[in-house]
Amino acid sequence: MNEVLLELRGLSRSFGDRVAVGPLDLAIHRGELFCLVGASGCGKSTLLRLLAGLEPPDAGRILFEGRDITDAPPHLRPLNLMFQSYALFPHLSVRNNIAFGLRQARLAPAEIAQRVEAMLALLHLEDCADRHPRQISGGQRQRVALARALARRPPLLLLDEPLGALDRKLREATREELRRLQAELGTTFVLVTHDQEEALSLATRMAVMSAGHLLQIGTPHEIYTRPARREVAEFLGRVNLIEAVVDRCTEEQLECSAAGGLALRAHSPAALVPGESLHLALRPESIRLSPSDSSLNSNPHLDHGPDRDPDPRPNHDRGVVTGISYLGNHSLLAITGRSHRRWLVQVGNDRATQNLPAVGDDVGLSWDTEAMVVLGA
Amino acid sequence: MSRGWLWLCWIWPLGLLLLPLVIVLRISLAEPRLAQPPYSPLWDVSADGAVSIDLHLDNYRLLLEDPLYVQAWLDSLGLAAGTALLCLVLAYPMAWAIAASPPRRRRLFLLLVMLPFWTSLLLRIYAWMGLLAPQGMLSQALLRLGVTEAPLAVLHSPTAVFIGMVYAYLPFMLLPIHASLDKLDPQLLEAAADLGCRPWQAFLRVALPLSLPGVLGGTVLVFVPALGEFVIPDLLGGPGSLLLGQVLWNEFFANRAWPVAAALALTLLGSMALFLLTWQFLQRRLGALA
Repeated sequence: MNEVLLELRGLSRSFGDRVAVGPLDLAIHRGELFCLVGASGCGKSTLLRLLAGLEPPDAGRILFEGRDITDAPPHLRPLNLMFQSYALFPHLSVRNNIAFGLRQARLAPAEIAQRVEAMLALLHLEDCADRHPRQISGGQRQRVALARALARRPPLLLLDEPLGALDRKLREATREELRRLQAELGTTFVLVTHDQEEALSLATRMAVMSAGHLLQIGTPHEIYTRPARREVAEFLGRVNLIEAVVDRCTEEQLECSAAGGLALRAHSPAALVPGESLHLALRPESIRLSPSDSSLNSNPHLDHGPDRDPDPRPNHDRGVVTGISYLGNHSLLAITGRSHRRWLVQVGNDRATQNLPAVGDDVGLSWDTEAMVVLGA
Repeated sequence: MSRGWLWLCWIWPLGLLLLPLVIVLRISLAEPRLAQPPYSPLWDVSADGAVSIDLHLDNYRLLLEDPLYVQAWLDSLGLAAGTALLCLVLAYPMAWAIAASPPRRRRLFLLLVMLPFWTSLLLRIYAWMGLLAPQGMLSQALLRLGVTEAPLAVLHSPTAVFIGMVYAYLPFMLLPIHASLDKLDPQLLEAAADLGCRPWQAFLRVALPLSLPGVLGGTVLVFVPALGEFVIPDLLGGPGSLLLGQVLWNEFFANRAWPVAAALALTLLGSMALFLLTWQFLQRRLGALA
């Protein structure tokens, strides 16, 4: 499983003085579904084009099973690309689109017919086999493009935003389909998407890309729960970012303080010097809410506002609910804490909905040491 | 606007296209006369009031039987087909290069293609006469360079007609092909390469079939008018050149044989119409694919 199929070494490509890709290093393992995720314009499509040979790199090497294919023309590469626009041949029927690459490979007609039928069945395209691309729906076109690329049984399939043009419902169904296909065929997939949810749900491993560089590579779980950098944390899901200064740093524990006397405690990732400033990330779903501590609240000397005495306990804060958006299975609460800090808190709607605070309520916030992620850079 | 006015749309096709045709048809069915007009009337009212209609098909028979006309037909068909073919061979790579160039340069190229239309065709053909004449620029240059011994003897030959025809009709081939290549999504060629095609295979299997409508359109735009072309063979061709356009002119103006000229004009028109219908049929077949 961990055998390296494709390796990129110092690969880079610029257009004029705009750097589109890298230089970057990456290893793709055989059999994995690798997602490259990043905002549009981050260079992920260019990276795929470099891999497919449609664009020459400025520097770096591409190795396939240890063999250098950097200078191989596209028609000799052991991979296929599913284009974002599908690029189906408008003058050929669905059947002939799928057979195109097989005819080019000069397979026996019987073999071609058999493989095309298998592809039509695999992707549920039997009903529109003899229609032309403009006569079928967007979802069908997407499946034809996939079938055409898969028909050659490439060891590696590149997919450029394969679900981009589909509506939400179809996208979710197709996601399942892709995962099933990938597992069934054992083909290695490298999939490019701007949709973080898609990447998290599909990938066995993924990389977050920004400005031509890979910010972090890992499993979706690793990247979501332990983002290495601020950009990664912000790109994947919602996050509370806290700027803090190191107070004390031991082997296991890091203690810092943020504006408004907020005390924070996290597992220390590395040796940090007191006085150093850093960013911490906290996912909205990691925060627990409690009715505001009455003993503190009833203190007549305290204002009922965001600027009250600090809660001395680490990883605790108090605030006022300023907004609630109801999102079906969960709600997002905007809470203004000390020093006008804006907290985003996610509350599941499956339990104790009657306890959901209302706008204007005072609430206490707390979270575990494990939930705090120290971000690099 | 009320529907009552829609009949106005028919003024153009009925009055200006169909009516002259009916007149030509009527003349083609008459006998030549030394009179004014130089053909027999269509009907005669005899003294007893009986109306007799006179239809002569001799003109059409003459066209089939006289080797002069048959030869003119064959020569014209050959010239039109040759012109269309050479235009296609020249225009396709040009259209490809233009479509592949960056937008700014593409506009410049297209402007250059259309620039000659700003001058009268007659003037441009006269210019070619000057170029191709034995004492003309081309001939002199070739003599000086020692490429030829004798002055160029191209003017007033079938070669000169061919050169002039290809020159004049090239844009009509180039523009439709360019239009169809311009619409071609470059990603389709990339997809073909990704699926194992070498560049020339991608061209044959993807670009060529998708540009066929443009090729067919250009062929029609060149072939049909080239069939009846008069000016270019008359000015650049030799004394022996007798193409359909010239025969038509001779019958009409020199021999005052209006009925034969009319019959010739109608058969020419009929064959062009037949050609266009075939083309439309092919176009529809291709349209179903593209």
